[in-house]
Amino acid sequence: MSQRGAQVMSSGLPGEIVQLTMEHLWLVLLSITIAVGIALPMGVLLTRKRPLQGWVLGFANVVQTIPSLALFGFLIPLPLIGGIGQHTAIMALILYALLPVLRNTFTGILGIDPAVRESALAMGMTDGQLLRLVELPLAARTILAGVRVATVTTIGTATIAAAIGAGGLGVFIFRGLASVDSTLLLAGAIPAAAMALLADGGLGWIEKKFSPV
Amino acid sequence: MTPIVEFRGVSYRINGHHILRNLSFSLAAGETLVLLGRSGSGKTTALKMVNGLLFPTEGEVCVEGMPTTSWDPIRLKRRIGYVIQEAGLFPHFTVADNVGLVPKLEGWPPSRVRARTGELLEQVTLPPSEFSLRYPRELSSGQRQRVGVARALAADPALLLFDEPFGALDPVTRLELQNQFLALREQWGKTAMFVTHDVREAMRLGSRIGLLHHGALEALAPPEEFRRQHGDEAQAFLACLDLK
Ligand SMILES: Nc1ncnc2c1ncn2[C@@H]1O[C@H](COP(=O)(O)OP(=O)(O)OP(=O)(O)O)[C@@H](O)[C@H]1O
Ligand SMILES: [Mg+2]
Repeated sequence: MSQRGAQVMSSGLPGEIVQLTMEHLWLVLLSITIAVGIALPMGVLLTRKRPLQGWVLGFANVVQTIPSLALFGFLIPLPLIGGIGQHTAIMALILYALLPVLRNTFTGILGIDPAVRESALAMGMTDGQLLRLVELPLAARTILAGVRVATVTTIGTATIAAAIGAGGLGVFIFRGLASVDSTLLLAGAIPAAAMALLADGGLGWIEKKFSPV
Repeated sequence: MTPIVEFRGVSYRINGHHILRNLSFSLAAGETLVLLGRSGSGKTTALKMVNGLLFPTEGEVCVEGMPTTSWDPIRLKRRIGYVIQEAGLFPHFTVADNVGLVPKLEGWPPSRVRARTGELLEQVTLPPSEFSLRYPRELSSGQRQRVGVARALAADPALLLFDEPFGALDPVTRLELQNQFLALREQWGKTAMFVTHDVREAMRLGSRIGLLHHGALEALAPPEEFRRQHGDEAQAFLACLDLK
């Protein structure tokens, strides 16, 4: 999976579309999984440690405002996480995906009716039980909405990752731009758009399974 | 015998407001103390002092002889059944899951939780076959209150706190549940603190009535004696008895 898209030109366009789509999907899944793995616990932590809120949300907000191409550029010279290739791209995609998940986890939990939280405490729930039995289920819909936004955005941003050699559908787009070839542009853009629509629909469907409350 | 609950000079102050003023009283086993008072007089605040949702800013509350500040907060809350004002049910739990919550937290086996839940729903006249799987939003407010009562009774606590549990009920059901409350009290000998703003309810249910006014205890007496109180606030409430 970690092969560079540019190395597989021999298999013909349809084969290459499949190959690069899988690569793209891999970039997105890996980044989103890691981003959720970081942002969800951090969002929960923020609801417990209010003083940290400003700093963490501020940082995530600032990252979000950096144009993606520039962010890739900033990361390249960094030791360990930088350099050319997939890991730098994944790093940048994670940074972008953090904010929506973080913010929605945080606001989803804080948005729960305080009476429900007090009721949980009155029944003698521990903090862990409060989180697992009450807060996460009631905030699930909001959190999932954050994951959906993050995923759709990442699918788009990941096309730019080809610029630093991460592969994925962006390879077609950059090649198409260089050779002014609209077939190549479409070969990259259409699967990426389809992937974004599917992700949006699929995650939206799961989201609706959770009661709004 | 040590009282089940004892308030010793309890005051509660928040942002410069005195919400409770120097409350001292105690509750013996099997007794029902009714806290009567207008809206905003501090009844709910006083109840929350008992199970450690709030702590006094002065004085102390002892439960079974030990100050609430020394209790393990989780143990204390699970030992005490609490019927929350406006029920406070979990919107994402079914009726059965709401009622069975504390037993489940206490690690009862599922079959025993289920049996207990069914039994309690019967007792509050919500047939389990019809109500178990509903969500709180699918109930009337009176039905929700009854689920709240069942939930508080679930783990069979020796001490119960009731915060206007019958507030949203029609007078007929209200009377039925009051009678049920009296019967259950006979049967189980539970100790209860019961909050209401309805003086009739206080007279029917209380073994003693404590009258709260601006956070202070204006009177504390058994019902017959409460009738003869002369204070202004007591008179104001007693005047309501003469209506109708
Ligand atoms: N967190 C708080 N901060 C400031 N004031 C509060 C707080 N909680 C309660 N109060 C005030 O304390 C007073 C007593 O409130 P409490 O809820 O105990 O009244 P209550 O007797 O239960 O009234 P009701 O019959 O309406 O339920 C009220 O005046 C209320 O505004
Ligand atoms: Mg109240």
